[in-house]
Amino acid sequence: MSALSLAASVRSGERSARGIVEEHLAAIADGEGEIHAFNLVTTDAALERADRVDAVVAQGGDPGPLAGVPVALKDNMCTRGVPTTCGSLILDGWRPPYDATVVERLDAAGAVIIGKTNMDEFAMGSSTENSAFGPTLNPRDTTRVPGGSSGGSAAAVAAGFTPLSLGSDTGGSIRQPAALCGVVGVKPTYGAVSRYGLVAFASSLDQIGPFARNVADAALLLEAVAGHDPLDSTSIPVSAPDLLGVLDRGVEGLRVGIIEEISGSGPTGLEGFAPDVQSRLAEAAEALAAAGAVVEKASVPSTVFGLSAYYVIAPAEASSNLARFDGVRFGLRVDAENTVDMNAATRTAGFGDEVKRRIMLGTYALSAGYYDAYYGKSQKVRTLIVEDFARAYQSFDLLLSPTAPTTAFPIGEKVDDPMLMYLNDVCTIPSNLAGHPAMSVPFGVGDDGLPVGVQVLAPANGEPSMFRAAAVLEAAAGGSAGSRHDS
Amino acid sequence: MDGWEVVIGLEVHAELATATKLFSGARNEFGGEPNTNVDPVSLGLPGSLPVLNEKAVELAIRVGLALNCSVQASEFARKNYFYPDMPKDFQISQFDQPINGEGWLELPDGRRIGIERAHLEEDTGKSTHVGGGGRIHEASYSLVDYNRAGVPLIEIVGKPDLRSGEDARAYVSELRSILVAIGASDGKMEEGSMRVDCNVSVRPVGEDELGTRCEVKNINSLRSLGRAVTYESRRQVDLITSGQKVDQQTRHWNEEDGRTHTLRSKEEAFDYRYFPEPDLVPVAPSAEWIDEIRAAMPLLPGERRKRLAGEAGIQPAAAALTVERGLDDLALAAMDLGADPERVLVHVENNLADGQGALTADAFSALVAMETGGVLTATQAKTVLADLVDSGGDPAAVAATHGFEAMDTSELEGLVDGLIAENPDDWEAFVGGDEGERKKKSGFFVGQIMKATRGQADGRVVNEILERLADGV
Repeated sequence: MSALSLAASVRSGERSARGIVEEHLAAIADGEGEIHAFNLVTTDAALERADRVDAVVAQGGDPGPLAGVPVALKDNMCTRGVPTTCGSLILDGWRPPYDATVVERLDAAGAVIIGKTNMDEFAMGSSTENSAFGPTLNPRDTTRVPGGSSGGSAAAVAAGFTPLSLGSDTGGSIRQPAALCGVVGVKPTYGAVSRYGLVAFASSLDQIGPFARNVADAALLLEAVAGHDPLDSTSIPVSAPDLLGVLDRGVEGLRVGIIEEISGSGPTGLEGFAPDVQSRLAEAAEALAAAGAVVEKASVPSTVFGLSAYYVIAPAEASSNLARFDGVRFGLRVDAENTVDMNAATRTAGFGDEVKRRIMLGTYALSAGYYDAYYGKSQKVRTLIVEDFARAYQSFDLLLSPTAPTTAFPIGEKVDDPMLMYLNDVCTIPSNLAGHPAMSVPFGVGDDGLPVGVQVLAPANGEPSMFRAAAVLEAAAGGSAGSRHDS
Repeated sequence: MDGWEVVIGLEVHAELATATKLFSGARNEFGGEPNTNVDPVSLGLPGSLPVLNEKAVELAIRVGLALNCSVQASEFARKNYFYPDMPKDFQISQFDQPINGEGWLELPDGRRIGIERAHLEEDTGKSTHVGGGGRIHEASYSLVDYNRAGVPLIEIVGKPDLRSGEDARAYVSELRSILVAIGASDGKMEEGSMRVDCNVSVRPVGEDELGTRCEVKNINSLRSLGRAVTYESRRQVDLITSGQKVDQQTRHWNEEDGRTHTLRSKEEAFDYRYFPEPDLVPVAPSAEWIDEIRAAMPLLPGERRKRLAGEAGIQPAAAALTVERGLDDLALAAMDLGADPERVLVHVENNLADGQGALTADAFSALVAMETGGVLTATQAKTVLADLVDSGGDPAAVAATHGFEAMDTSELEGLVDGLIAENPDDWEAFVGGDEGERKKKSGFFVGQIMKATRGQADGRVVNEILERLADGV
């Protein structure tokens, strides 16, 4: 059942929120042991919350558009009094004294938070193998990774543990796992969803967004959490866009460009795109054309430098953002003779290899004498990408690419080769650098029978047309993405 | 120190007088119970984000305008280094785009001291080291109070235009007066709301190149500032004249032993890895807003000194004390009512150290008129003035309650004649002496008459009688 129909049934009194939550807790009890999508399932709090939602309905009130709908949160979103780990040992024992803005908005919309999902430590990774609490497995094939870093949130939705979840996307961390798990994943325009209470990885790139099993549900969740927040200075001063209202408008007359450089089709483009992924992209383009869109090849040349710029900018910001995990005020503390040694011992024990690697990269990139060559130059590349997109959007309303170069890869295959792992994000990173929205829609399967995702990209605040195209693709691909528990 | 020139540039941090912190709604308040004025942002909790306090920007712009700076589009940057009392282990500051660019401050003597910049940044918390005499290395543990963390600071970076400890004190004193006058800060050095770091170097007189500088920290009063400059410049000259060289260092002023001590060398200096703060947007104050702030600015101390000096016919520097005491409006009003400017300023400087109290401009001018008209002696006027400050009232009535009445000149002449007869040698000395001797003897005669009249005589009138009698000899 979709989140939309679940909410409708609760609001009409046809079903109880408690019943819905119990059903999903049962699915979790059944499959979580194998998948490990969650770091924490908040069973008691979820049931209490469901009862409160039911009480509102019983008194004739309206709990809101997400009435009684379970939502899982990536474990980097602060929840008052509930452990928030970021997949790291360094936050051991920390219970935030406050709720993230998205948590407050979910509460106001009548949603039921069902748990905190597993992730690559501090959102650094593309496979959810970098979690201090062990990897999450892909519900479509448990020998494969679910993608990352929001692998837990993607897997929880794909496995039917929850109809909806929130992830965070810094370089593709929502869209890539959505593609690999066969669900819908959206990275909104930078500033569309408040980052207040999202533990920062790279502040200028991070953005919270929804996972769902269908496009309409993703729109429902995004509408509930988007909109201006005075607690986030980078929040766009506009209210949430109307998405559900435009979903059925089709793509007649929309101009759609396939980005050659990141779809394996252009002469100057990147390599490494699997043929089956390329085929699905071509079919998706045909589907849009069949629905009346004007589809052509597009060139956004500087997107090929996105990965390099990203791996300077994101670690640079991370090296600063993660400095506060020093053992002084919260989380893990490894005692030592003096403060400096305590800081070092705590960070040595608390951070995993990938986090340490990126802190070192970023520290180096910002160092005196290297700043201009690395950070400065990367910012210039970022500006080039913004300009290239602006040029492309003079000719196109939307752009198209694969979400990831391949389908889900085997667990352990890339975890020891950071460069190979980083290449997973070549298609998704440019949107983060530009601050633009982009989403992944499941579109068929690869030769291995695993899901393929197609990425729809839009200019800033272009979510409405992006969702219209996604709805057309979803229909062409045969409707809502299935889950093991849906059949 | 002969033959050497001391070159000083000051970095002054002043806490801005806002109700809340620079980036959150936690209260900006001195002296609360530890860790009570805190919230997720000022504790740097994971997930928290800064939101700029508009009032702090307004106060920073006021400082910029008062220091004749170019107020400009600016952005925030992160200054990265680990320290337990800095919650995020980086400080949000401004780096290459400060809100206030170059400007200048005019000292009371008219010299202009260059300002490099005046930028916004957040304050840190405060560590207390427990055990081991409170020293960090011997302490058994440390406690951190984050009440001060995130309090808005303006850092005013001065150019190396100061040449002595006296200069430095005059600069800080003037800067403090300005900050207080425009309501930007309470300027209390003793509470740490104003802190001074001092860059000192020395060079042979006539040399254009600057010498190697040392930065002296932990200066907690104007007095320490003067002492620290004197010690540090002497130390540097001693090093050079004994054939050694000055190492670029950060040094710590120790109030007890009156010396500076090495804190860290240039090699140990931090690499702060500044980069633009991604959680904040650039601040570009509009021309309209700046004009609005400018229009609401009060007169600055320098302008007030010039205004008073113009009215009183004195040098601006001579008006400094009156302005510093905030009594220039009173003095000007009394002068407007016809009071003699010189007498007005004498009273303000000598007899109104604790402020005007209940004294009104009307009463003040009436009192000065009585004094210049010979109705009251200077001594009597001082007594009456003290009463007016305490409880107000009419000077004539107050004088009457003390039984002050002007002595008749003929009565005084009789007393002077008698005094001359009793002290012929002193009189000889007065009549025949040079200017110095004459002055000394007049002091003797006036003093004796004052004693005989219990202060009722007017000293000026006694002097006139003495001069007249001497000329008549």
